[in-house]
Amino acid sequence: TPLTDREKKKVIRDMMMLVLARPPRSCNFLQWRDLKIVYKRWYASLYFCAGLEDKDNELLALEVLHRYVELLDKYFGNVCELDIIFNFEKAYFILDEFLMGGEILETSKLAVGVSMEEADTLQEEEKEQEEVGKTDKERFACGRGLRE
Amino acid sequence: MALPRMPAPIRLRELIRTIRTARTQAEEREMIQKECAAIRSSFREEDNTYRCRNVAKLLYMHMLGYPAHFGQLECLKLIASQKFTDKRIGYLGAMLLLDERQDVHLLMTNCIKNDLNHSTQYVQGLALCTLGCMGSSEMCRDLAGEVEKLLKTSNSYLRKKAALCAVHVIRKVPELMEMFLPATKNLLSEKNHGVLHTSVVLLTEMCERSPDMLAHFRKNEKLVPQLVRILKNLIMSGYSPEHDVSGISDPFLQVRILRLLRILGKGDDDSSEAMNDILAQVATNTETSKNVGNAILYETVLTIMDIKSESGLRVLAINILGRFLLNNDKNIRYVALTSLLKTVQTDHNAVQRHRSTIVDCLKDLDVSIKRRAMELSFALVNGNNIRGMMKELLYFLDSCDPEFKADCASGVFLAAEKYAPSKRWHIDTIMRVLTTAGSYVRDDSVPNLIQLITNSVEMHAYTVQRLYKALLDDISQQPLVQVASWCIGEYGDLLVSGQCEEEEPIQVTEDEVLDVLEGLLVSNLSTPVTRGYALTAIMKLSTRFTSVNRIKKVVSIYGSSIDVELQQRAVEYNALFKKYDHMRPALLERMPIMEKTASNGPTEIVQTNGEAEPSVVEAKHPPPVTQPTNQANDLLDLLGGNDVVPVIQTTVPTKPASAGGELLDLLGDLSLSGIPPMTAYNKNGLKIDFTFERANPNPNIAVITIHASNSTEADMTDFVFQAAVPKTFQLQLLSPSSNVVPTLNQGTVTQVIRVLNPQKQQLRMRIKLTYTHKGSAVQDLAEVNNFPPQSWQ
Repeated sequence: TPLTDREKKKVIRDMMMLVLARPPRSCNFLQWRDLKIVYKRWYASLYFCAGLEDKDNELLALEVLHRYVELLDKYFGNVCELDIIFNFEKAYFILDEFLMGGEILETSKLAVGVSMEEADTLQEEEKEQEEVGKTDKERFACGRGLRE
Repeated sequence: MALPRMPAPIRLRELIRTIRTARTQAEEREMIQKECAAIRSSFREEDNTYRCRNVAKLLYMHMLGYPAHFGQLECLKLIASQKFTDKRIGYLGAMLLLDERQDVHLLMTNCIKNDLNHSTQYVQGLALCTLGCMGSSEMCRDLAGEVEKLLKTSNSYLRKKAALCAVHVIRKVPELMEMFLPATKNLLSEKNHGVLHTSVVLLTEMCERSPDMLAHFRKNEKLVPQLVRILKNLIMSGYSPEHDVSGISDPFLQVRILRLLRILGKGDDDSSEAMNDILAQVATNTETSKNVGNAILYETVLTIMDIKSESGLRVLAINILGRFLLNNDKNIRYVALTSLLKTVQTDHNAVQRHRSTIVDCLKDLDVSIKRRAMELSFALVNGNNIRGMMKELLYFLDSCDPEFKADCASGVFLAAEKYAPSKRWHIDTIMRVLTTAGSYVRDDSVPNLIQLITNSVEMHAYTVQRLYKALLDDISQQPLVQVASWCIGEYGDLLVSGQCEEEEPIQVTEDEVLDVLEGLLVSNLSTPVTRGYALTAIMKLSTRFTSVNRIKKVVSIYGSSIDVELQQRAVEYNALFKKYDHMRPALLERMPIMEKTASNGPTEIVQTNGEAEPSVVEAKHPPPVTQPTNQANDLLDLLGGNDVVPVIQTTVPTKPASAGGELLDLLGDLSLSGIPPMTAYNKNGLKIDFTFERANPNPNIAVITIHASNSTEADMTDFVFQAAVPKTFQLQLLSPSSNVVPTLNQGTVTQVIRVLNPQKQQLRMRIKLTYTHKGSAVQDLAEVNNFPPQSWQ
């Protein structure tokens, strides 16, 4: 059963505190309740964390984190923190093409990239069709849609 | 005529920019509230155009930690929209805001169902993703059929998503597992790695959950050869840019296959044999310079250890772990320690070979590694290496962070209990723990230690001396202080008489001892529990020391203590002094050896002043400190609190034969060696009984307690008991509880004799008794020959 909102916030807060408290050059694993936490620090202030069950492979989890960053990097072109902040929904979409329900969905970087591209194109085309259908007046009044 | 339009809601990125300019929490909150209000009005207008933008903004604010529940229904509307853009944000919102606790969660079901059958695969993908990440059991039940259909499609994009969605369905509704079985038939013949990987995950889930499934896949589907083949191809195939990670082809898939092989091979000889070769190949050929190679090796090792692999392979695996331990990369060392911990039970000897490396890891700077190393070290302790290991672990205890101390102390105690090479070593080790980590030991350590000390009879003098010296140094660590107080109360006589055999006895006077104990009572560092221990210890010394007046004074002072517990004790002890002084020696006697079991066996104090109901008296068990108090209580209850001194019949019959029987009953299961007591002397109203205990672990020492009782109408004062044994024996006579054997069996004088009988000869003793009775001096000699055979064999 899923946690309440409050519990979720507490989990995030607790884990954040633990990870941020780690001295530099420690190993990337720590134990928290019954989970193994794997974390990787990217850039100065960006952390990626994952919670694993007992039977999961921690070293592989590091590779998973690494792969996700690579995917972001490929999509945004030299990704930086601001990219992720201002395009958080894209970060989620990429994650959803890579993992599902806690398991790896696609092991090919290429395949994930292709899926994102095609889905984005679908959105673009939809937008263009909308534009075409509008009158000049509507176009002026409504402004553009979500994608800038 | 058109109504005046509200201004278009601000765009997502603009909102993000704005919020980030806020300099304080309050400023941010204000911005958020303003925007939320705008979004709410916009929602009320049911404006399709901007719903998507508004929900996106809401999701951002939700990520920051602000409430967003009023957007839940809007997510549903987005999902129901025809536009892909809307659906994309809608489903994301659903995943973030609409977990199964929410009422509107179920409303998604119909939309998801429709979208699972959508013409556009990306829409189908969204639906599968949402269902597979957070679908409720009901939703899974409703939609399992659709998922199963998609599992059979030839579209690999959908197939892989359907597979993981199926995994989620099975996790939520395990009974539905069966329906996915047909679809798994040719999953592994796919070329697409995404499908392969998710299929392996699905198969793993099924095999883990159902032994029937597991058996089915082993036998009927011949899963193992298929997996071996795929794995082999991955290893042997040339460079594939799409799946390459640092020169290794699709490590994610390799690891997942290894994990499934582990499950298939566990406990099954045929399967294990079929995978032996590939495991050996992976173990020896995988490149270890990068983390990714080590990740695969790690999984391989886990698999080898879990299945029925041949011994050569197992040794290979443990050696890989041994190499990991020496790796510069902390992560790899950590993982090695974790794996070794898992295998230490089954492959103990192999892991022992790496013991010194493991012990070195105790000194690692990394906290996670230290913890694992500590756990593993304790698992490796055995009778052979206990001394060396304990040295390292005690050193670790000294220097480790507080977060480790409690666990380490417990571990030391447990290991010491199991493998202590000698009593003295055991007690020294405990002392070391108490002095270095005394405030971190668990609560139950104190009674456990007291029990241990009590049972190490020949170490009493040594123990109390060491504890006394420790107290002189430091009274801040409560468990140490409590154990020390208890021991001083119990063995204070040994302390002042300087009887220590193990080391140089110290010179200490009764007053000095009492100074220390009184110091504990007044110190701010002492907890109430500790004060209780100290007071009781002082009281017990009243039968072991001569400075009774000083003790009486202390006890009476605390009769008006603010601390209720102390006050109660003091009042009762006072009563002992005043009204029940004849009972005092018996009540405050030396503790006998206690039963090891935690549950209550009757703790026996053989009291031949004959309580009418010994079971009442002995009802209470450790913490032994409270025992005298409880006994005092019980006795006072029995006596009804009035001043009449009852004539108490002795329940100990005079005939040795039946005495043995009845006393055995009284003793219950305490009599460790089952040696029956005996009457050594019975003349002129003076009766002397002997009870026996075996000193652990030295079976050559017999501990005899004499109980002298007087059935005449006058006290026997200046009572002195002496004993002599033949030359082949050694005898030690400890101090008596008193010099007065009270009249009419109102109390006993007890005294402990320890006899060392290394040649196991028949025990014989000559005793000499002197006392004053009715004004005249009496002296008698007697031979005691009727020792039960068990006392000297």
